[in-house]
Amino acid sequence: MKLRFFLPAAAVAVLCASLWYGLNAIRGGQYDPQLIESPLIGRAAPDFIAENLLEPAQQVARSQFLGKPFVLNVWGTWCVGCREEHGALLAIAKETDVPIVGISWKDDRQLARDWLAQLGNPYHVVGVDPEGKIAINWGVYGAPESFLVGADGRVLHKRIGPMTLDIWHQDFVPLLKKTGSSPQ
Amino acid sequence: MTAELGQIALILALCLALGQAVFGLIGAGFGWGNWMAAVRPATLGQAGFVILAFLLLVSAFVGNDFSVQYVALNSNSELPTFYRVAAVWGAHEGSMLLWVLILALWSAAVALLSRSLPETFSSRVLGVLGIISSGILLFILLTSNPFLRAVPAPFDGNDLNPLLQDFALTIHPPILYTGYVGFAVAFAFACAAMIEGKLDQTWARWTRPWTTVAWLFLTIGITLGSWWAYYELGWGGWWMWDPVENASFMPWLAGTALIHSLAVTEKRGLFRNWTLLLALFTFSLSLLGTFLVRSGIIVSVHAFASDPLRGIFILGLLAVFILGALTLYAWRAGQLRSDAGFEWWSRECFLLLNNVLLVIAAVLILLGTLYPLMLALMKLGTISVGPPYFQLVFLIPVLPLIALLIIGMHSAWKRARIAPLRQRVVTCLIVGALGAIALSFVYTGRVRAMVLIGLLLAIATMASAAWVPFDYRQRRVPMPRGALGMAIAHFGVGLFAVGAAVASAYQIERDVSLAPGQSANVAGYEFRYVTMRSVEGPNYHAREADVVITDAQGGLVTTLHPQKRTYLVQQQPMTEAGIDVSWKRDLFVALGEDLGNGAWSMRLQYKPLIRYLWLGSLLMAFGGLMATTDRRYRTELAQARAETTVPVRP
Repeated sequence: MKLRFFLPAAAVAVLCASLWYGLNAIRGGQYDPQLIESPLIGRAAPDFIAENLLEPAQQVARSQFLGKPFVLNVWGTWCVGCREEHGALLAIAKETDVPIVGISWKDDRQLARDWLAQLGNPYHVVGVDPEGKIAINWGVYGAPESFLVGADGRVLHKRIGPMTLDIWHQDFVPLLKKTGSSPQ
Repeated sequence: MTAELGQIALILALCLALGQAVFGLIGAGFGWGNWMAAVRPATLGQAGFVILAFLLLVSAFVGNDFSVQYVALNSNSELPTFYRVAAVWGAHEGSMLLWVLILALWSAAVALLSRSLPETFSSRVLGVLGIISSGILLFILLTSNPFLRAVPAPFDGNDLNPLLQDFALTIHPPILYTGYVGFAVAFAFACAAMIEGKLDQTWARWTRPWTTVAWLFLTIGITLGSWWAYYELGWGGWWMWDPVENASFMPWLAGTALIHSLAVTEKRGLFRNWTLLLALFTFSLSLLGTFLVRSGIIVSVHAFASDPLRGIFILGLLAVFILGALTLYAWRAGQLRSDAGFEWWSRECFLLLNNVLLVIAAVLILLGTLYPLMLALMKLGTISVGPPYFQLVFLIPVLPLIALLIIGMHSAWKRARIAPLRQRVVTCLIVGALGAIALSFVYTGRVRAMVLIGLLLAIATMASAAWVPFDYRQRRVPMPRGALGMAIAHFGVGLFAVGAAVASAYQIERDVSLAPGQSANVAGYEFRYVTMRSVEGPNYHAREADVVITDAQGGLVTTLHPQKRTYLVQQQPMTEAGIDVSWKRDLFVALGEDLGNGAWSMRLQYKPLIRYLWLGSLLMAFGGLMATTDRRYRTELAQARAETTVPVRP
């Protein structure tokens, strides 16, 4: 019996042990894969500077939106949910003057431009995040995700998954109204 | 009473499964003939009681017995009878019962068809299957009992998830499970051979048809799932790299590697260690898939109602089965040695490369599936591994795999002659190049290098596969079914790749908002939205649009009726896409949102050659079927029958 023949068994044992650890973390409540509450809520929105997708000579930055509310929407052409929410974003952009800032996450620039040309552009401006650095700072779990940032610069709400008009009216608009009526 | 009877049937099945394990393994260990004689009856009895339990649950569903909690949660009196039957496996408990039912049916098939095998060997195979059955039955009885009563019984049920109320999805789980549970047979054969200490070529020959049949069911099951996602989820994609899809795709990749490696072990006695490990890992990946789907450890659109306690139970089973088998492997692997050799330029070598590449693909997908979880556990933050990762890491091993396939199909065992091979391969590549250029011209999209390479390899594979039967005719050698199956399956691989490459590279899609009377143009087709009306289904109401499609010359192509359904009980909106199918392209309309004033947002799509993707997959399965009907397996079966009619022992 040679030791190397135990390698497959050892690898599986390690895998099982880490899965067991994971399950216990779920049971103990330290980890919930379904519900990931953003720790950013109520805190200042993370800074970002990115290349502008449609005008690569320019930049998109957090500093351009100081003192006014905006929506940060993380999307990719490879993402199913983003396709699903695109119509809703177009409708929201038509309805409100709150700018929607797109973050093109881990995507091919040309594909992203084609997408906007083909499906319409709901975004005030789109920044590119090819390596996912901005997404990491914002704690993005998966695309699509939409953050609502208030006029005071704090993150008010985070939506994981596709946006719809109903969700916009239910979850986003009231928060905007609340903070809009009592600016801090 | 049905629920209580069902529970008793399950308990009896568990007792018989334990008997099957004990009689099989201990009886064979000590060579006690009367113990081994009890294994087959125990196996068949176990299968009988599991079938009984399953039928009782079906009758509870069909008879709308909402006092059974599982029925109340997953059915409704308004649900059509057909879907009431399918609702049995619509959620966790019932689908586990289906899992164990299919395992019982496979075990019964092994019991009935293994009479030609040495008695100790078949007893051990059934014994190992008995251990697996006992584990799963215990799991069902302790954590996921579908027969629990609801107190008080509700007046009506909660209805089946509307997503599952669809024909393809009612037959998808049974076929898929038949596939990946079927790999338990290869696993049991491997364990039995290791206990026996005899891993010769006959072992590979016995395992081969079982593995191929399991594989072909898994192939059909995955194809159905992909087809369902395409028309039911409303966005026209056919593969999402969702963790649950990956859970069935990883055993498929390992199983594909296994059937190829078994071929080498059977014909040449080589790669025994490797084949053994693959047989163990293929079923292990099936179990891992079951675990991932049901433990709630991973986020997925398909995930079952999750419960970490169940997760821990399955994880325990997984650890016992796999670690047990791998320890057995560590004990025996040193004794296996192949004396035969082979040269670089031989079929053995191509099949070895095939195995390595398939396993790499499976491992990369496993890493991508578990990576977010591992990072989260190590407190490094949560991240998502999306399709960009999977597409890339999948293409890296698969492109060379297809390239090697073109040559490998024509190479000989031991040592291939290079000159005739070179001529054939060059011809196939020329055919591939011409085809790829022609397709790029027909679908005047952007020409991308990757698409061109993909199409070239795919078409060259089809040409190479189509050459195989001609080759036999030219050499005036009768073609065995195995070779024919191989050619058909590999032709299917090429066809699949053509469909996948063209459909993803040259599809055109537009999201538009249309008011009645307005139209939009996609790929030369005019989609005109005529009117919207209300439609009532048995358990839903729907808004249905008429969309008239005309081609560039103004001729009528078809009228599509996409629907937006709201199911009455669960109030979940569902999109039923309208699809016009043809061999050249699909035209696809899905309704989005009601924008008011009669206007709707719609997704219009043009998907060239997408049908070939599923056709190719079905051809792969059909090739597998051909191969299992090969003469040499039939003669073996005939021999077995002949033997059973003659009393062997006084």
